Amino acid sequence: MSSSDERSDKPDNSGVSRRNFLKGTSVALTIPLVAKSERVVKAAGADVPILGPGKVNITLNLNGAPKPASVEPRVTLLDALRNDLDITGAKRVCDRATCGACTVIVDSKAVYACTMLAIEAQGKKIQTAEGLEQNGKLHPVQQAFWDNDAQQCGFCTPGFVMACKALLDKHPTPTPEQIELGTGGNLCRCGTYVGIKAAIAQASQQMRKTRPARLTRGGKSNG
Amino acid sequence: MADYKWPEEGKRSLIGKRISRIDGPLKVSGKAKYTFDINRPEMLFGKMLRSPYAHAKIKSIDTSAAEKMPGVKVVKKLLEVGAEIQYAGVDIVAVAAVDEPTAEDAIRAIKVEYEKLPHFVNEQDLDKVPADRRRPPTEDKKGEPDKALQEAEVLIEGVFGNEVITHCCLESHGLIAEWEDENNLLVHPSTQAVSRNGGEMARALGIPANNVRIKMDHVGGGFGSKFPIDPWGIEAARMSKTAGGKPVKMMLERDAELTVAGSRPSAFARVKVGATKDGKITVWHSESWGSGGLAGAGRPPYPYVFNFGIPHQYTKHHGIITNTAQQRAWRAPNHPQACLVTMSALEDLAAKLNMDPLDFFIQNIELTGIRANVYKDELLKAAEMIEWKKLWRPRGEGAVGSTKTVKRGLGLSLHTWGGGGHPSDCDLTIHPDGSVEAKLGSQDLGTGTRTVIQIVAAETLGLPMDTVKVHIGDNRLPFSDASGGSTTVGGISSSTRRAAVDALNTLFEKVAPAMNTTPDKLEAAGGKVQVIGNPSSSMTWKQACAKLGTQPITARGKQPAPGKETLTNAGVGGVQMADVSVDIETGIVKMNNFIAVQDCGLIIDLKTAESQVYGAMIMGVCFALYEERVMDSQTGRVLNPNMEFYKLAGLADIGNFKVHMVTGKGHDERGVIGLGEPPTVSPGAAISNAVANAIGVRVPTIPLTPDRVLAALEKKGGANAKI
Repeated sequence: MSSSDERSDKPDNSGVSRRNFLKGTSVALTIPLVAKSERVVKAAGADVPILGPGKVNITLNLNGAPKPASVEPRVTLLDALRNDLDITGAKRVCDRATCGACTVIVDSKAVYACTMLAIEAQGKKIQTAEGLEQNGKLHPVQQAFWDNDAQQCGFCTPGFVMACKALLDKHPTPTPEQIELGTGGNLCRCGTYVGIKAAIAQASQQMRKTRPARLTRGGKSNG
Repeated sequence: MADYKWPEEGKRSLIGKRISRIDGPLKVSGKAKYTFDINRPEMLFGKMLRSPYAHAKIKSIDTSAAEKMPGVKVVKKLLEVGAEIQYAGVDIVAVAAVDEPTAEDAIRAIKVEYEKLPHFVNEQDLDKVPADRRRPPTEDKKGEPDKALQEAEVLIEGVFGNEVITHCCLESHGLIAEWEDENNLLVHPSTQAVSRNGGEMARALGIPANNVRIKMDHVGGGFGSKFPIDPWGIEAARMSKTAGGKPVKMMLERDAELTVAGSRPSAFARVKVGATKDGKITVWHSESWGSGGLAGAGRPPYPYVFNFGIPHQYTKHHGIITNTAQQRAWRAPNHPQACLVTMSALEDLAAKLNMDPLDFFIQNIELTGIRANVYKDELLKAAEMIEWKKLWRPRGEGAVGSTKTVKRGLGLSLHTWGGGGHPSDCDLTIHPDGSVEAKLGSQDLGTGTRTVIQIVAAETLGLPMDTVKVHIGDNRLPFSDASGGSTTVGGISSSTRRAAVDALNTLFEKVAPAMNTTPDKLEAAGGKVQVIGNPSSSMTWKQACAKLGTQPITARGKQPAPGKETLTNAGVGGVQMADVSVDIETGIVKMNNFIAVQDCGLIIDLKTAESQVYGAMIMGVCFALYEERVMDSQTGRVLNPNMEFYKLAGLADIGNFKVHMVTGKGHDERGVIGLGEPPTVSPGAAISNAVANAIGVRVPTIPLTPDRVLAALEKKGGANAKI
């Protein structure tokens, strides 16, 4: 079995140009080979394994640790997290990429876990709300959500926390427009947006304090 | 006799402060376990086949293929051949399988034949509602409305209303049921009624109530839709039994959640309101209709709030029967509808009188009855906060800041609600080591119930909050009623206060001899038990509790408690003002500012109280601008049972909010009053009035979508617009 963690940051060293060509354009083709795959077909000049319809063994790099699971290829990352790995911070609400309750961070990007297949998520760094605490301390975004009461029922909250973290990682000092775009993929039913706006402001300030200086040079975001 | 009354301002260390909710860290870290999150060993997944037709008879059901599928453990027909279906979404066959994909495959493998029957799903136009879809109308009359209409010096006539909206709880309805042995059932529901659901499930299954355990730590939204244990929940329990007791998880999919799990009825009304030419309201006349499904819909309280004093009134109401799933309570049932219709009609009347509606409402404020002065103060406060007098301009002129194509407008509304505390028992235990537990069979809907219990207990005992452990969400705890109608905070704060006072008095009896005093001379403050007026004569809390030896103190506090001080009250006011911009070329309405001034008696936690109001206003923006359940007349189905086309506001849509909680003298001494409903009432009316003020014409029905705004602009119908 290969270590999915090692694979995630490096292109294949096979010299095949397919991967570089497609890098960043498709998640589907970055699926690592699954052990015991029975069938392989040629697609775009490369060997592609046929998975399923039965369960296949996968390993997800989840919150910094490898997590094995056995899922049908049609199972989403969200359902694999929730039903197979009992990681339930990401919620299933719309189940079709509208509400953002399932938001997780995959390789530094906020992603709807309901629209990525679990098998596609192999080899990527997956982070959920459960993985943000360090040394038993809430992440500044989480602390800010708590301090500013940016939650009521709390069902949208882990998704919002992850969307806001991804936003602030990219734009340490977000403009109002960047905040609207960065949270535009998430919905709350109880109506906690006033608290969320305040939480983003607090977390932005807090994260800049603790961030290495080079990342906040000039206080400007990278667009 | 024990003194239960709330501590006075200046003597409160926690009550009324801004305190962060105690379950916040669990929620922000994804560790809070909601019903939907619970996975049990060997758990089966339940799914439901639902009727695709709004009105049909079942001709045949073939489940044989599903039954043969590997991994399918239970297939259960819930309706027989010949059964008549009255709305799309009715449960027909339930299945339970080893995993979710298999359960979904099983549902797809079931074949049902239907005989389609005629249906009726759109009630917006009363003239097109067939006779057999109208319940017998109800009529009410006060004074001489016909005569008063003829004599009115100024009269407006209009149609106003709102569409059906759905609760759209983010955590869908459902539960996990498992038989722990032959007789005992454990249920994790997503509910607003922990203490009631066990008895309800037991009745449905024909087993004793003491065999059903209900547990729930967190619920992902309810808003009035999650009181019952629900038919699909009962079937999950039955399927669990069939499967040898294995847990069955049955959570609704999003389309079912929006179709069958709750809606707020529509409300439409043809209204005439008359006044003297100097602006005194004299007469209300309305013919209204609405539907919440098969049972029709009751009459909202027209004319809202002003019904107390308008001398001449006539109301007629038609409940309309539609082939849609039954309505459920929705924060402040009937009030938002009554408020929208009433405040819209009155604002139109003010416009026709060429009066500033702020002046018009204040001039007529005595017609609202006993809270007239509260309303007046709140109107003036809200006007100051939104700079009404500086910005407002007469209807159609555009408020300050308008451009040729983007018109700004201001609108206002006021509301009321009861909110007295519900029945609640609290057991409060003081342990010999000084730790404290409060136990109530209540639930925290995200309103801050846990936090309020902890604040009240800690305040009463003079302790830091974290000394008190709060237990809720279990029907083996003392009964606390369902969370609905803004009744929870008054109920649980009263029962907790009484339990804590009684437990503390028992502790005082134990320690008084050692302090050479009598129990009535003692108080608990700052983590100490001390002689009143002489803090130097004291014991630490731990020293005092050590006197208990090995036996903890447990006291039961009850709400209501006849003969004891009343700690909760009912009846609040509340005013909201909206500032909007409307692009008259696109019809898009944008929120600029939204102001709420709200009273609710004594506030326990100012932070979560303000969150309730913000949340209610944001939900209100959704109601006013975006939300509508769209029924397809052809198929009888909901056309938008999803979150792409059933629109909710996002963070970018809400504008700037300000909330002012009215506290202090005249309010605090009333006791604790609930807050979940009142601020949800006004937004539809305030925003509709702001849009009318901006564009010079009333958009008759909400949501104020671009098509409705443009249609109203085209008609220029003003108050006389027809739907």
